[in-house]
Amino acid sequence: MEREEIKSVIESVLFVAEGPLTIQRLGEVLEGVTKEEIRSTLDELQAEFEANRRGVRLVEVAGGYQLRTAKVNADWVKKFLGGRPARMGRATLETLAIIAYRQPITRAEIEAIRGVDVDGVINTLLDRCLIRAVARKDVPGRPFLYGTTPEFLQLFNLKDLTHLPTLKEMAEMTLPEAAGEELPVEGIEER
Amino acid sequence: MTTRVQLEIFEGPLDLLLHLIKKNEVSIADIPIAAITEQYLAILEVMQTLDLDVAGEFLVMAATLVHIKSRMLLPLSDDEEDEEEGADPRAELVRRLLEYQRFKDAADQLERRDILARDVFVRAAPPAEEVDPPGFREVSVFELLTALRRVMERLPKDAVHEVTLEKITVREKMTSLLDILRAQGATLFESLFVEVKTRMEVVVTFLAMLELVKVRAIRIFQEEMNGPIQIEALAAMDQALALVAAPTEEEHGT
Repeated sequence: MEREEIKSVIESVLFVAEGPLTIQRLGEVLEGVTKEEIRSTLDELQAEFEANRRGVRLVEVAGGYQLRTAKVNADWVKKFLGGRPARMGRATLETLAIIAYRQPITRAEIEAIRGVDVDGVINTLLDRCLIRAVARKDVPGRPFLYGTTPEFLQLFNLKDLTHLPTLKEMAEMTLPEAAGEELPVEGIEER
Repeated sequence: MTTRVQLEIFEGPLDLLLHLIKKNEVSIADIPIAAITEQYLAILEVMQTLDLDVAGEFLVMAATLVHIKSRMLLPLSDDEEDEEEGADPRAELVRRLLEYQRFKDAADQLERRDILARDVFVRAAPPAEEVDPPGFREVSVFELLTALRRVMERLPKDAVHEVTLEKITVREKMTSLLDILRAQGATLFESLFVEVKTRMEVVVTFLAMLELVKVRAIRIFQEEMNGPIQIEALAAMDQALALVAAPTEEEHGT
């Protein structure tokens, strides 16, 4: 298969795909084409979309590749779709951040960080499929441990969990003048 | 109406405290506890005057602040300084505030990303809930239990004395089930028990299976009544796999 032909096929398949498409899946379609070749073709395609400032871009998200509209056109697309507001509240966002960085985590552990009850928020997040129970914690009461879903990655344009923005270190946040005092910064990291 | 809005500005007592600290332009690590406590209580009073439901957490924090304030007023003798709660009565509060601040920042960062359906859009609607293909039916708990009994009956009866106590946790079993499914995509209920020799392991395997159904990592179904019971990985599986395995492995995901 000619490279241009492969590229063309990939673009077509990406267009009809319903979610992020893995290289594995593309490989099943493009029999005989190596994964390396598919990856490099995807890179090329991605670069072309960028260079030509196209209205759609090829984005690596949730472990796969997906065609998404260019951010600069957001307002126009919203106008076309008839702006349905999809705003996420502060409580939801903070809780989601805690779960994303600390997963798997229990409800009680989230509440300890936020200092407020999170029952309602957890239910909203479960309903929106942004989190799910992944296991139970081996402590009395065997509470659920929550983690994020592929939908979470899709929502925030993340390739995978390792691409979450780095969490600020506690030390960076303390003002330098405060140094000297022994602040209990240890024990904040994963236990 | 305005009162509602006012209340929602603060996500909780920690948020209110951070707001006061910022407003007073003081350092989290060196909170002027008397002044901040006073302002905190004043805001609670306003909330109560407005007849708002002040959540219990706000009151607990008020008590904590007053307690810290009183401890700060007490002179510390030298030998007291090394005691359990440490030299600075504010330390624990500082730790909580800093940690909460970290996640507030993380939430800000998430919000600045190219959010789907706000900044970027995809052609198709987000994938709908998994729909069972026609002709397939969910297996009821009773059918599962019947199948389990069949497995139990096949176990060697009293042929061997169990001397070794094999400790298999449900969690470990969940991981190994996910591994099998990742390799094969789907499998038969019965085949998962072929290698299983003890009652305990049957039970653990079964519980692991139920847990995975609950977290929507797998689906148990059959094509016809009394047909072979099949187990299939759901889209959510890879994440479940990564998370179940997380504590034992260094790497996240695949």
